[in-house]
Amino acid sequence: MQAIRRALYSGTREGVFHYVTLLAALGLVALVVSIFLVVTLQSAPAWRAFGLSFLTTSIWDPMANQFGAVPALLGTVITAVLALAVATPLSIGTAVFLSEIVPQSWRRPLSFVVELLAAVPSVVYGLWGLFVLAPWLRTGLGQLLADYLGFLPIFAGPSLGIGVLTASLVLAIMVLPTITAISGEVMRGVPPELREAMFALGATRWEVVTKVILPSSKSGIAGALLLGLGRAIGEAIAVTMVIGNANLIPVSLLAPAQTMASLIVSEFPEAFDLHLSALLLLATLLFSITLIINLIAAWFFYRPSQHVAATAKGSVWAKLLRKGS
Amino acid sequence: MTNRRKRKALGLLFEALCVLAAGIAILVLALILYYVFRRGIAVVNFSFLTSLPAPVGVAGGGIGNALIGSLLMVGLGALIAVPVCIAAAVFLDQNPASKLSAFVRFATRVLSGVPSMVIGLFVFGQLVLRTGNYSALAGGIALSIVMAPIITLSAEEMLRLVPSSQREASMALGATKQQTVFRLVLPGAAGGLIVGVMLAVALAAGQTAPVLLTALTSRFWLESLQQPTASLPVLIYHYATSPFADWQAHAWGAALVLVVAILVLNVTAQLFLGLSNRRR
Repeated sequence: MQAIRRALYSGTREGVFHYVTLLAALGLVALVVSIFLVVTLQSAPAWRAFGLSFLTTSIWDPMANQFGAVPALLGTVITAVLALAVATPLSIGTAVFLSEIVPQSWRRPLSFVVELLAAVPSVVYGLWGLFVLAPWLRTGLGQLLADYLGFLPIFAGPSLGIGVLTASLVLAIMVLPTITAISGEVMRGVPPELREAMFALGATRWEVVTKVILPSSKSGIAGALLLGLGRAIGEAIAVTMVIGNANLIPVSLLAPAQTMASLIVSEFPEAFDLHLSALLLLATLLFSITLIINLIAAWFFYRPSQHVAATAKGSVWAKLLRKGS
Repeated sequence: MTNRRKRKALGLLFEALCVLAAGIAILVLALILYYVFRRGIAVVNFSFLTSLPAPVGVAGGGIGNALIGSLLMVGLGALIAVPVCIAAAVFLDQNPASKLSAFVRFATRVLSGVPSMVIGLFVFGQLVLRTGNYSALAGGIALSIVMAPIITLSAEEMLRLVPSSQREASMALGATKQQTVFRLVLPGAAGGLIVGVMLAVALAAGQTAPVLLTALTSRFWLESLQQPTASLPVLIYHYATSPFADWQAHAWGAALVLVVAILVLNVTAQLFLGLSNRRR
């Protein structure tokens, strides 16, 4: 009894208290390792059955136990890249607006509104994409593209409303708050003396931004874009709702397609044995790709050469934590 | 002179483009909220919030069971994640410079970047396939994994805000490390810890894929933790992708309830953080 009391209340690092917290910390590490191991191990049968041909063939037929991931891989890459292409100018423009142009008193509420939108669940973006954006695109932009540029394979009609273009736009809207919040935070980390010095020399705001703000925050912005890319690649539900879930190699932006994440969500309920293992192999790929992207992003944020003050780096991580999913 | 005019014009053009970008961004995001509120408000009323889903074509029906299922699974997730993650954060705070801490932080950040659907698949493989059924328990566990990185990393930041001078004073008075943590550090950071938990709960409440893969859904009231369980995000997903107009209308109603709950949590957390910062 005495020994237990002493152990419980000892102020040394040997106390039970220390071990309890140590255990919790190690538990988190074990969790991450076991997620990676379990998902990888369970995908082993599919890897053994198909090997590299999983990544190079394009027939996905659960009935015939034939699984090739090319359409899903291409769908993922195309939607994520398009989403980023749309979101990048908008979110960097918004970030510059929020950190350099807008009056001080408006900055906090407007930034908070943008952050709130990162908290809106992805299923709600999917709902809006399906019932509001898709009908607009079907009769509006999509129809225009099919009518006037339909002779190009990438705009070949018919305009269905759902498909690659819609999925990319929904993803662009979803990653916009994340990229804006993080890159805005990085820009605000640039010391005000630098801005003041430029203005004092007679520079216009355009010159301040392009010659001082962007160069000194470029690696932080690159990190923000990578995080947005990671989010776009891993997004499942919203994409599943608007991409049309057709396991075809996406040629036209107006045609339905499939991403890795949407393929898993739409097929896992009926999947077992090799089919399930093939879906888990997709999950392993997805996990690995997002992991690599996040690691590169973290490297950008923590690069020693970066001008951003240490406090700004801390709050960048705080922003990251608030990212929705 | 012309050079100066060119620079001014370029500067103005640039500012206009930034304002335009911000305008488009805010307009699109406002449109989403506008549609959620306009279409949602048309179906939300007391009986919508408290009754079971009705079959196709039958008037009425609601989201009562999904509301309870979401509350239960998010609560269960928080119940599992909060003690473990705060204990881990205490470890990181007590051993800030150790190699192990650096590794734990790294692993936690990796976890925060794992697509939530992969977490769902992990719990699906470990729990659902082994026990043979989808359950609220599996859903709660999946959500606890989703919450873990946010709670841990935000708790560590908050604990670090407790000044070392106070800790040293406590130790100098003869308090043990454990006493210092329980009587000084944790109470001192309580406000910040609650904010972190609120943000984690808000994130978990909106998760669809992890819950879909672990708890599936149900059209009945919750009877045990071992059964498939309905939740708001999964209900929205199913109703939105169904071909029935009344189900689609209900999806907007459920989305309104979910969005309001999440926005209230976020705004409260922000106000709370503002208050506790001012006090400090």
